[in-house]
Amino acid sequence: MRIKIGLAGSAAFFVLLSSLVAFGQETRVGNLVGNAEHGKFLYQRYCIFCHGQFGDGTGESAPYLDPKPRDFTKGVYKCRSTPSGSLPLDSDLFDTIGRGMHASGMPAWRPLVRQDRVDLVAYVKSFSPRFKDEKPDPAVTIPPETPDTPDSIKRGADLFQSNNCWSCHGKDGRGNGPSASTLTDSKGYPIVPFDFTSGREFKCGDTNREMFRDLMTGLDGTPMPSFTDSMKPDQMWDVVHFIRTLSSKKHLMAADQTPPSAPAPAAPAQ
Amino acid sequence: MEIGAVKKVGAQLLLGAALLALAAPAHAIPAFARKYGLPCSACHEAWPMLNNFGQTFKDNGYQLGNDRDSPIYQQPGYWPIMFRVTPTWHRESNDRAAVDMVPGNAGSGLVQSTVTQSGFDVGGIDVVTAGTLSKNISFFVQPYFSNSGAGLSQAWARFDNLFKSHWLNVKFGRFELDEPISQERTLWLNNTGFFYYNYFFTPPGDNNFFTGLGNIQLGVEVSGHTPDDHTRYSVAVVNNSNGATGLQASQAYDVYANFNQSFDIPGVGLQRLGVYTFVGESPTYYQTSGGNPIPGTGQGDKGFYRVGAYGQWYVKKFDFQTFYEHGHDNVFLGNALPSNQPTLLPPGAIGPSWNGGFVEAHYNYNPRFILMGKYELVEMAKQANPAIKGNLGDLDTWSIGYRYYPIMNPRAGLAWVQEYSRIINQGVPTLSGKAGINDSYLMGFDFDF
Repeated sequence: MRIKIGLAGSAAFFVLLSSLVAFGQETRVGNLVGNAEHGKFLYQRYCIFCHGQFGDGTGESAPYLDPKPRDFTKGVYKCRSTPSGSLPLDSDLFDTIGRGMHASGMPAWRPLVRQDRVDLVAYVKSFSPRFKDEKPDPAVTIPPETPDTPDSIKRGADLFQSNNCWSCHGKDGRGNGPSASTLTDSKGYPIVPFDFTSGREFKCGDTNREMFRDLMTGLDGTPMPSFTDSMKPDQMWDVVHFIRTLSSKKHLMAADQTPPSAPAPAAPAQ
Repeated sequence: MEIGAVKKVGAQLLLGAALLALAAPAHAIPAFARKYGLPCSACHEAWPMLNNFGQTFKDNGYQLGNDRDSPIYQQPGYWPIMFRVTPTWHRESNDRAAVDMVPGNAGSGLVQSTVTQSGFDVGGIDVVTAGTLSKNISFFVQPYFSNSGAGLSQAWARFDNLFKSHWLNVKFGRFELDEPISQERTLWLNNTGFFYYNYFFTPPGDNNFFTGLGNIQLGVEVSGHTPDDHTRYSVAVVNNSNGATGLQASQAYDVYANFNQSFDIPGVGLQRLGVYTFVGESPTYYQTSGGNPIPGTGQGDKGFYRVGAYGQWYVKKFDFQTFYEHGHDNVFLGNALPSNQPTLLPPGAIGPSWNGGFVEAHYNYNPRFILMGKYELVEMAKQANPAIKGNLGDLDTWSIGYRYYPIMNPRAGLAWVQEYSRIINQGVPTLSGKAGINDSYLMGFDFDF
């Protein structure tokens, strides 16, 4: 009898352990399931020279890169759809691999087929024990965008000031606020606030929804916090609308829309 | 163990030791890898052969689509240049050579014998400078230096993403055609296995000025692709001059077109299928002065074409490249006769045609080690002159080898290579009337820095 209980207990323990391991390791994006073993092969081909053999961001190219490659062992990621402090969803990592990280050395790996990208996610997750021990929070809910009106932009400008966005990003959004020169990321490397006037694409995606998401989730591992507690969703949309006006492209578009009644510049003297 | 075998093992150990000694210092920098901080393996299945990511990068005009593309973001010390040097030891064997029965005595009569040559060698130096002049304007210049002289292999400029569309890119200059499988990026180095013979095949006795897809051509190319490069096309209009500069050949133009589509089989990999054609005309005679041809005045142009299909099949770490070609030349080209003198054609003369193809397989054990094998054949379907033996010109060739990359970083690449190839060529006359046979063995280094 004892033997039977022992066997049954062992079997139950094994099943439980297997399910825990599976929970910690399984990677799924849509109907694709990641294969970490193949992901390792791909990682050695595409990623190892920046992110390093152990995923700690110390590959051969790392000393020459700014910003530094992500340290996967920490399990901390900038671009997520989950709340601040949470692990990212598999789809977040998948999207990042395909989109790349603008203003960094990370290219868009979209030419890799979807299965390869899912396999890479599976392997990248294996570097951090967090993915074995924790479960990511559900993705934040992004409400429908409010109308992009002059009033919304005006409110966004006020919120930009009152929430101290300017202290890092600067009064004009040029990334030159008074705190800018003192900022570091979670590993102590200097970090530069985004220059909204540059017209460059945002790190985690360039749509309004992605900007809104960044305000909600913050960029973990950087000084950029989540504003979920300090702003309401409508206010975040206002900030998004205001930030859009700071880009040089917007300025150019605004210039293009100058009414035709505006006086033409005087012809140069002959 | 015999003394010879001991020496052979000792030599290989010495080579291995030299390899390890060379593995440490890598100071030079491949142009693109340095620019983007990526390893060779990001763009190359095994350099110089591209993978899909590298092909996409190339098709995008050497742009990844991020802010490192533009030259203004590069440090002033960045110099977009790359060198490639291949010091090797190789052995060439002609198994059915005609030699004097008594060496040095031309009157002693010819006998068939095996002639071998071997020694250290350097194939030459390739220099490539390439990159972006500004956003969506790219360039490529490739001079070469070899024992036989120096020259310009490729030189072109490309306007990318015209009208903000991936579907419209225009390239001018001297360039490699968008070949089904790139001759310029072949993994093979040995004399016999280096070529894709189908790319250079013309029947014996044929005087078509165009000698193959594998030649660098001079002209203009329009190309396009989807953002992920899964659908691609290219159309090139080139001089009928095999890429020779100076308007020295005919006045005809040829057209090359290539279309391919890739599709993902989940769990297996990306597969690519394509079709291509090269259609053109070549002169059969020239204006003359005192009976001597005047260069650049080719006349009596007659047609020819090459058409075929190909595939690139990926199954995890394996990949196969399959290629088929059907070729046809006009009867005057095939018989090397001027088209203004049709009475010179032999009775029953027709335009020659042939079929050929190859299969090349690779196994990527890991990004640093690749096993390679290739089999290629060409078979004549119709001879230009019915009096010619039916299989004259047929050839079979196979190659095996591997490449090991102890250094493969954003600054330099080094491969240790060993290859063996054999060609059985019915187009080479021998005393016995049998096919000519050549063997090549090569081992050495392929430096890229």
